[in-house]
Amino acid sequence: MQTDLQAVCDIIEKHGSQQASLIGILQDIQARMSYLPRKALVQVSKSLDVPLPRIYEVATFYRAFSLEPRGRHTIQVCLGTACHVRGGVRVLDYLESRLGVKTGETTKNLVFSLEGVNCLGACALGPMMVIDSKYFGHINTNKIESILKKYR
Amino acid sequence: MTSISRLHDLRQSLQKSRDGNKPCVTVCAGTGCQACGASEVVERFRKEISDRSLAGKVEVRASGCHGFCERGPLAVIRPEMICYTNVEPSDVAQILSETVLEGKVIERLLYQDPVTKERVIHEEDIPFYKFQRRIVFGRNGEIDPTEIDDYIAIGGYQSIEKVLSEMTPEEVIETVKRSGLRGRGGGGFPTGMKWESCRRAIGKEKFVICNADEGDPGAYMDRSLLEGNPHSVLEGMLIGAYAIGSEEGYVYVRNEYPLAVSNLTRAIEQAREYGLLGKNVLGSALTFHVKISRGGGAFVCGESTALMASLEGRVGEPRAKYVHTVEHGLWDQPSNLNNVETWANVPIIITRGAEWYASIGTPGSKGTKIFSLVGKINNTGLVEVPMGITLREIIYDIGGGIPGGKRFKAVQTGGPSGGCIPESLLDLPIDFDRLQEAGSMMGSGGMIVMDEDNCMVDVARYFIRFLQEESCGKCTPCREGLDQMGEVLTRICAGEGREEDLRLLDDLSRAMIDTSLCGLGSTAPNPVLSTLRYFRDEYEAHIRDRRCPARVCKALITYAIDPEKCTGCGACLRACPANAVTGEKKEAHRLDVERCVKCGACYQACKFEAVSIQ
Repeated sequence: MQTDLQAVCDIIEKHGSQQASLIGILQDIQARMSYLPRKALVQVSKSLDVPLPRIYEVATFYRAFSLEPRGRHTIQVCLGTACHVRGGVRVLDYLESRLGVKTGETTKNLVFSLEGVNCLGACALGPMMVIDSKYFGHINTNKIESILKKYR
Repeated sequence: MTSISRLHDLRQSLQKSRDGNKPCVTVCAGTGCQACGASEVVERFRKEISDRSLAGKVEVRASGCHGFCERGPLAVIRPEMICYTNVEPSDVAQILSETVLEGKVIERLLYQDPVTKERVIHEEDIPFYKFQRRIVFGRNGEIDPTEIDDYIAIGGYQSIEKVLSEMTPEEVIETVKRSGLRGRGGGGFPTGMKWESCRRAIGKEKFVICNADEGDPGAYMDRSLLEGNPHSVLEGMLIGAYAIGSEEGYVYVRNEYPLAVSNLTRAIEQAREYGLLGKNVLGSALTFHVKISRGGGAFVCGESTALMASLEGRVGEPRAKYVHTVEHGLWDQPSNLNNVETWANVPIIITRGAEWYASIGTPGSKGTKIFSLVGKINNTGLVEVPMGITLREIIYDIGGGIPGGKRFKAVQTGGPSGGCIPESLLDLPIDFDRLQEAGSMMGSGGMIVMDEDNCMVDVARYFIRFLQEESCGKCTPCREGLDQMGEVLTRICAGEGREEDLRLLDDLSRAMIDTSLCGLGSTAPNPVLSTLRYFRDEYEAHIRDRRCPARVCKALITYAIDPEKCTGCGACLRACPANAVTGEKKEAHRLDVERCVKCGACYQACKFEAVSIQ
């Protein structure tokens, strides 16, 4: 996959090249490229004059970042307490066996990435999941099937 | 605006131009209601109004969260304050024709009491709202959060006016101290004292920080405040900056809250245009800039020192607490950090006075607190109540009790640092100190209700697992302690618990409390200790009888199909991802226990209660 270095440079310029901007820069790269390609990180390291291992330290510490390419659609299953007591784990388990991936992984055809996320604050809808940025509330195994169909 | 009097004039002209009797439909557009389709409802209102040439006669306002998430999308029709619940786009035409234009109430959209079946017309008469005291959160429903004029018209930025024209920084601090306001983020540290220490501290510059890294699972009041009333938070920060002597502020907000980020960004831009942020605020000597920093999704960054490290662009690792952030915080400079709800309380204290504020609450905890009432509860939502109210009042009077006639088991407060409170303590008046005595804590205000179907060992394991993943790993007691606890709890849930495990959990807890570096580690054992204290019998059932009384722990349960009740409809067969269900149409199905992955799909799919858990 080609890494669009110009886009990376634009992002850096928007934030300013000081270390305090690092997390914001990585967030924008992640949002644009769906992961953090090594080439992009090397560029960030150069521009910010921060050693590459420092960049990797930050990139692997925060949950928001991924070093692997993500799927076209990201399924996030809320694992907040309210969803947990209403069966959120069961939903995640079901999706794992249904998609044949573990939480945090991407299907081989790069269609779905499955994630468990901390509380998204839509507790009235629990158990709930988010695909890309669309919320699906009060889900159960039956509903999942019809929802997934729309995304294949 | 370059002077205080200009702001004053603007407010008066705004108030004059706004006709309080003009019909206005306020639709809740918080994240919860948006997820249920509130945006479509707003769109439909706008379209209908323009199609019928009603513009100018009827207003539509997409407001922040009203709190009653269970019944969203919500629409309140002013000035009569008629409250409609579960509104759909298809209801819009009828609401406009009948309620707005003819003043007729549409019965079917009203809130219906689940017990008495009575319909309630006005928002303030719905039990969910009736027992609340919404001094901070109530203003959400009155304004469009993306319009600074809305906030100014209801008296917004009045307190910064007052502060700049008639109060010294010392007087502001004194007022906040007298109000008795304590930090709403969890610790409950007196806000005025913190400000005073930061004002006295010596440094090149000082920082004011708003902690909006709301990480406690099941708590979303800070998000709803930022989404629904961002200017109240900015105004609080302005007052803090004036009192402390700071020129630069940060809001550290979770990136998972996109609506909060966008509403706050807009609010900052508007405040800057109006001369309420930036150089010489309202022509005074006060200079204050605010920047937004989006979090990277690490729970530990809610801890003040970790948050500051993250603001500097480093990994969010906390440091020892004896170096106070009010003296050496962000970039080693004096920094004052408060959470969203704390900041939002400040303008109210200044406008209405410390004495008024201190008259609400208990001797040790003043004012109100917003809780997010979630889990096994009829009325899920955000509730703002005076300190000192009992758990029973919140759960039964406001929350409407437990759904499905199930029995209440426990309420979990304080997030992963808190604990589970049993039925016997339902009459406990809630404030910072009483919750701590009960083995839990206020935390940021999550309140998760659990019923007889929830296993308390599983809940303890849930929190320990959560913290295990979120521990930054810097100090050994937290990193290793959580790993060990997680292992013991997993073992117990798997039916392989040992008699000495409870002792071991207790020992591990004590060690972590005494030796962890930051609050995350030292409060991490609370979920275990509180469940051990109040629900020891459940642990013992898992260990001694290899039984999960709530039928949750997978290893200790089996699913079965009752041939008497099974109609052979095939719903479970289709739902099973493991092909464990077999059977012919219209004949009783069978479940192969060997193949079953215990996902519960068949249990949920069955409409005849033929699938049972043993």
